[in-house]
Amino acid sequence: MDTSAPRDASSSTEQKAVLTVTDLSVVYEVEQPVAAVKNVSFALARNEILGLAGESGCGKTTLAYAINRLHTPPARISSGDVVFHDKDGGDIDLLGLGDEQLRMFRWSKLSMVFQGAMNALNPVISIRDQLEDVLITHRPDMSKRDRRAQAGRVLELVGVDRSRLSSYAHQLSGGMRQRVMIAMALLLEPQVMIMDEPTTALDVVVQRDILREILRLRDEFNFSVIFITHDLPLLLEISDRIAIMLDGEIVELAAGKDIHRSPQHRYTKKLLRAFPSLTGERGDFIRTGVSDDLTETK
Amino acid sequence: MTSVEVNDLSKNFTLRQGLRRTTLKAVDRVSFDLVPGRTVALVGESGSGKSTIARMLARLEKPTSGDIKVTLDDRTPVRRSMYRRHVQMVFQDPFASLNPFHSIEHHIARPLLIHHRTSGRKQTHERVLQMLERVNLTPCEAIAARRPHELSGGQRQRVAIARALAPGAQVLIADEPVSMLDVSIRLEVLNLMARLQREDNLAVLYITHDLATARHFSDEILVMYRGRIVERGPADDVILNPQHPYSKLLALAAPDPERVGKLTSSAAVDHMDLDNSVTYDHYTATWSSASDPREPAATR
Amino acid sequence: MPNLPPGTEPSIGDSPELLATENAELGVEPRSAWRSLLPTLTPPLATGLSLTGLIVLFGILGPFFVQDPTVIRDIGLTGPSAAHILGTTQTGQDVFAQLAYATRGSLQIGLLVGVLATILSAFFGIFGAYAGGFVDEGFSLFSNVILVIPGLPLVIVISGFVPQAQRGLWTIAIVLAITGWAASSRVLRAQTMSIRDRDYVAAARVAGERSFRVIRVEILPNLLPVLASQFIFAIIFAILAESGLSFLGLGSAKSLTLGQMLFYAQNGFALQLRALWWFLPPGLIIALFGCGLSLINFSIDEIINPRLQNARLYRKRRKLAERNAS
Repeated sequence: MDTSAPRDASSSTEQKAVLTVTDLSVVYEVEQPVAAVKNVSFALARNEILGLAGESGCGKTTLAYAINRLHTPPARISSGDVVFHDKDGGDIDLLGLGDEQLRMFRWSKLSMVFQGAMNALNPVISIRDQLEDVLITHRPDMSKRDRRAQAGRVLELVGVDRSRLSSYAHQLSGGMRQRVMIAMALLLEPQVMIMDEPTTALDVVVQRDILREILRLRDEFNFSVIFITHDLPLLLEISDRIAIMLDGEIVELAAGKDIHRSPQHRYTKKLLRAFPSLTGERGDFIRTGVSDDLTETK
Repeated sequence: MTSVEVNDLSKNFTLRQGLRRTTLKAVDRVSFDLVPGRTVALVGESGSGKSTIARMLARLEKPTSGDIKVTLDDRTPVRRSMYRRHVQMVFQDPFASLNPFHSIEHHIARPLLIHHRTSGRKQTHERVLQMLERVNLTPCEAIAARRPHELSGGQRQRVAIARALAPGAQVLIADEPVSMLDVSIRLEVLNLMARLQREDNLAVLYITHDLATARHFSDEILVMYRGRIVERGPADDVILNPQHPYSKLLALAAPDPERVGKLTSSAAVDHMDLDNSVTYDHYTATWSSASDPREPAATR
Repeated sequence: MPNLPPGTEPSIGDSPELLATENAELGVEPRSAWRSLLPTLTPPLATGLSLTGLIVLFGILGPFFVQDPTVIRDIGLTGPSAAHILGTTQTGQDVFAQLAYATRGSLQIGLLVGVLATILSAFFGIFGAYAGGFVDEGFSLFSNVILVIPGLPLVIVISGFVPQAQRGLWTIAIVLAITGWAASSRVLRAQTMSIRDRDYVAAARVAGERSFRVIRVEILPNLLPVLASQFIFAIIFAILAESGLSFLGLGSAKSLTLGQMLFYAQNGFALQLRALWWFLPPGLIIALFGCGLSLINFSIDEIINPRLQNARLYRKRRKLAERNAS
């Protein structure tokens, strides 16, 4: 397993890490136990977008859930540490938090946009109620008027008109629902956002718009993002650093352009080759049986 | 060898909202040809109508107007009853296109028997094994006995391809065949389809939303927007030199690592304003109006 | 068979592929298609099968081995004794004998109504859904109307309409069947619509299968578990509804059923006279039979929703792993 010491590619002035994961391992306790995550270590810098790339079954979602302590049996964290470095000072050991502390920590310091988030909205209550629910839970002393204002504000931040507050989930398009999920994750202005395949089910044009929003919000609010997806070209465009996961391990972790120009691990190379460049070379696609293109024209 | 000529194909759906009825033009006067040995890519987002075209070609939907002509090499038309022997489809979702109740052998044996490619159990069984070998699913005997949920996504899609080729199809409609597969498997499956096309001289319609694979996998690209073809031409020309605003938008939106940093520099395009009533044809280098394709519109 | 839509990355709890890989590693043989339609023999299923099995055996064979239940004796209400295992009724009739015949009668009604109601619901539900269009709309409207009409009052009214002398087993069965099929048809309709739109049905049509073969080979196998489940529900409904009817005095006068026994027990003040041996056995049989059938139904649920099966298997394997580890 090769985890090159993370070269700090972030150009922000704050170099200190906001989240440090050391030697994390997650095991599925079934008859023949399966190690879903094996000794994963990385540090997430402030203001950084860390891409987590890998195919299904590599453990990237399990890793994200474990960091959040959202994993359920039969998954079990068998070793490792997850430390959150709060910007107000102090380090929080996530794995040692009690239930109540964990509840207070979640969403206010670290929030998550789940895979299939478009279906994660409650279909029977309005968007406003769902946004305000988060506020009621985590900021119980907020007044009703303030709550309403915050909900509207955060919706406009993600590019959805305030009038949509009274809509229900099924009245919104896929792209809009995704934006609402991102808004919900932003409500308490967390320092870290974990996004698990947030744009996979969306059209490429809508995806582009959502990514633009995420970058803009990151610049405005200075939070870090762990962006999980299988779409490596996407990560190459938006991430500062990228971690490639295979079979539960991080096989390569480097700056985006280094992964693109000089990939080290053979799996990284394989993954890169699987995405033919739109404007450049054809990679490993052999349509006509020869490696040179002999396209016939009409 | 079989060719398919699609002329002015349209499909309207009636949407009901309470007592109001609106007509949705899912496909609006689409024309193109499929010839042996060539792959035509149909590119567009969801809702553009490309899946509806696939379903019409597979005769799962009836066109509202227009026609689909299937002809053999010597220009004789193919009889309606033989249509399915010549034109077959590979579905998008490898998890849903195989019946969980039946074995893999059943899935491939049924088309063989329906189209009288083989007769008798022994011959059918042997042909099933042959087809599995052709799509690189080995060991054939073991796989034939398994059921769909015991195979991976990539393996299931290969079974779907084998099933489509079983009747001896010459025209293959591939509706987003790899978009639900793992990234590193996509390559294998597309290369497999390319090999089968070369070996059998198939005419392939490759439907996708992924411009990159469309470019490298096909000879011709048709860009669809809201039911109409807005641009057509050789693959490289359409991708590297798009003319229609929508094609330009698609090309810009596709992730391109060569373009790091340009994401936020380009402003968001309001693609509600795009006009799908004009088409650019790279072959003739002219614009035409969709309402009357014979009348060229004013060039941009 | 999975009627779950293919969704996002499956968790380990609902991943049949993961289970299949595990099975392969553990050397478990893949089941044939028909075998996997049958539920696994778990303790609840074994209990359910035993209960129903025993009661059915009792109902079929019992009457051959007991005395004549209609013989009226002078002894009046007596408790269990050597001569009468479960004592006698107010009119000196042997309770045990009555129980055997009553069980048979109730089972007959249950089976009859089960079959009739299932045929009706299958017709209106499955056929309507597959046909689509106006047929589907019409059938659906019809089922909804029947569903909305209150069942028991309707049964009472129809039952009361028929003069007592002509109220036979079949009359009751038909009355119960025509009031009880509607809910089931909705379930079957929903299931058929879900399967009808699946890709593999479309793929079968594209491959060239004819319609009736598509229904028989592609759709029906996936409907069988739900159909079986609805059939069992219908039986439970029939037995309980019939008992209710008989208790109210509106049941079949000609044959003896468990409900009838309860009716006579009620009329004979069995409760007040502490004659437990009279009303407890029939009530117990009704309860146990319903319980057994429900347990069987829960096992069928596992087939309809494989997630339940996966969850159970993982629980079992985890317990085993824990035990091995300690």
